[in-house]
Amino acid sequence: MIEIRWHGRGGQGAVTAAEILAHAAIGEGKYAQAFPSFGPERRGAPVLAFNRIDDKPIWVRSDVYEPDIVAVLDPSLLATVNVLEGLKPEGVVIVNTKESLDRVKATLNFQGKVAVVNATDIALEVLKLPIVNTAMIGAFVKATGVVRLESVVEAVVERFGKAGKLNAEAVRKAYEATVLG
Amino acid sequence: MKWLGSEAERRRELEALLKADWKELPRALIVEPATSKYYYTGDWRTFKPVRDKGKCIGCLLCWVYCPEGCIYITEDGGVDVDLNYCKGCGICARECPLQAIAMVEE
Amino acid sequence: MGKIIAVEDAHAAALAAKMANVDVVAAYPITPQTHIVEELSRMVAEGELDAEYINVESEHSALSACIGASAVGARCFTATAGQGLALMHEILFIAAGNRFPIVMAIANRCLSPNINIWGDQSDIMSSRDCGWIQIFAENAQEIFDLILAAFKIAEDERVMLPVAVNFDGFYATHVVERMELPSEEEVRRFLPPHRRQTGYLLNPDKPLTFGAIGFPSIQFELRRQWEEALCRSKQVIKEVWREFEEVFGRRYEVVEGYRMEDAEAAFILMGGSAGTCRTAVDRLREKGCKVGMLKLRLFRPFPREEILEATGGLKTLIVVDKHICLGGLGGPLFNDLRSLYYGSKSSIDVVGFIAGIGGRDIRVEDFERMFERTIRGEIPPEKYVFLVRGEA
Repeated sequence: MIEIRWHGRGGQGAVTAAEILAHAAIGEGKYAQAFPSFGPERRGAPVLAFNRIDDKPIWVRSDVYEPDIVAVLDPSLLATVNVLEGLKPEGVVIVNTKESLDRVKATLNFQGKVAVVNATDIALEVLKLPIVNTAMIGAFVKATGVVRLESVVEAVVERFGKAGKLNAEAVRKAYEATVLG
Repeated sequence: MKWLGSEAERRRELEALLKADWKELPRALIVEPATSKYYYTGDWRTFKPVRDKGKCIGCLLCWVYCPEGCIYITEDGGVDVDLNYCKGCGICARECPLQAIAMVEE
Repeated sequence: MGKIIAVEDAHAAALAAKMANVDVVAAYPITPQTHIVEELSRMVAEGELDAEYINVESEHSALSACIGASAVGARCFTATAGQGLALMHEILFIAAGNRFPIVMAIANRCLSPNINIWGDQSDIMSSRDCGWIQIFAENAQEIFDLILAAFKIAEDERVMLPVAVNFDGFYATHVVERMELPSEEEVRRFLPPHRRQTGYLLNPDKPLTFGAIGFPSIQFELRRQWEEALCRSKQVIKEVWREFEEVFGRRYEVVEGYRMEDAEAAFILMGGSAGTCRTAVDRLREKGCKVGMLKLRLFRPFPREEILEATGGLKTLIVVDKHICLGGLGGPLFNDLRSLYYGSKSSIDVVGFIAGIGGRDIRVEDFERMFERTIRGEIPPEKYVFLVRGEA
């Protein structure tokens, strides 16, 4: 079973990202859970979303404390939130950032794998809006391979209706652009 | 605005309550009012309001409209904003009848 | 036959009401049930569900409106949580005592004070004497299945009682997970599209009086009749769940055992935490502990015989309650079970834990700790422990 934690700010689509990932995994015949940190939250405040993915039924129904993968949608969170908390040493952290992979690795000081992508730029270019969740889903697939790219594209298209095609493009662009090391 | 040492201390005390043993809690968690002031909602701002003192006539409409209540009246009858709480929503800039407030990226 | 889908638990509840072809939904939104009623109102507005959606001004009115509609013969559904359930408290008894087959989904939420929107069982437990059938669901599949089956149970001539399907607020409302959605055809094989229009129905051509005065000379007998109906409903519940298995292939029992074959100790609990408990049982089994788990699905009527049978070989029973009966003798399930074993031939040791109050997460490690404390005998004389900072 793989556990994932998403870091975002209220309104950036972290919860939607987790839900799309769950839809994609279930579409592949796997089992999955997606849930937010429960409770009311205001726009702009740091929020968390979680996934569990497994090939067999998932029974556990509590919070995720030791994720295998962490995704950070907003670079400003690195300064204020400990995004690495509980992350397994052999895990992966994926960050939306303008900085280079080496720079981010040095900042985070994390022993495991790091992946970076400038999701904000991709989102602004493709969607004309700084909503990075779909780009980050593409980055997630590239960095971890937990689900197939086509599965998330399908889930994105189904979720976003008219905006599905553009969001799928953001997914693919980010997938290409993500650097892992 | 600067926080006095005792207020920072009170904030720490209140935050510590959230991790306290049940025997240490004040009855029904009843505490003094306005403890929300310890939660600095200005932390995630992208734009901040900057007032042009030359244009401002002190009408106080920005003070009325601020949803956070973080615009305050200064001694000389003007206004200033408490950046600990300002979320940069831009309502003050929009409501100012003289466009004396600009939203500037931080 | 069914379709595998990804669905939010709350939407699974709405889907069940939709596929049950309800006639009336009267509900008031309250966290964490809001997604259920928002989805139902969307379904009605967009023509996916042909039903009357009544926007009421409170939960008290929600259940009252359902009673009015149910009295005429409509299939009714509502949903609530926490303070909302507390607000409809007096009407709960009216609905059940007058024998209206209403189905209600309850996203179990902690009662205030202090203001707490998160999940525990204090809402339903504070109303458990209301004479409703009370069932607990664990996840999206159970929420869907048990709500669908609830209509068939409620509307059975031998029952004619309202049914509450309970599930954890947030942990079983705001989680998107996998579920098998049956086909329309399968559902119609199991549940007819409308209630049978027989029995005591309000009709101007054949007027009836519901809820007339009950003098001391008669009220006692009426209560006894109601109690009998609730207790006898257990047989119908088991029948309906067997029929459910025949149509949909999923089996539901009033109490479900996990790794109980050679267990010496077992957890017993209701709701979503059972999933986490199952994982803890696996871990403890790996360490060689002979422990199992019993998930109680039917809480009212209380299934005495089935529990006695399921716990027959046990030395220790670890009860996990998500509510404290303030000033009493522990949690509600703990009380029921201790009562059950007192005077029976069983020498089982029943120990209680109060956990998860106010939405406090219950982790796999917490179940392991409960087991270890019990085995080490670190239980106070009153036999129950609060898993709270400063005590556990």
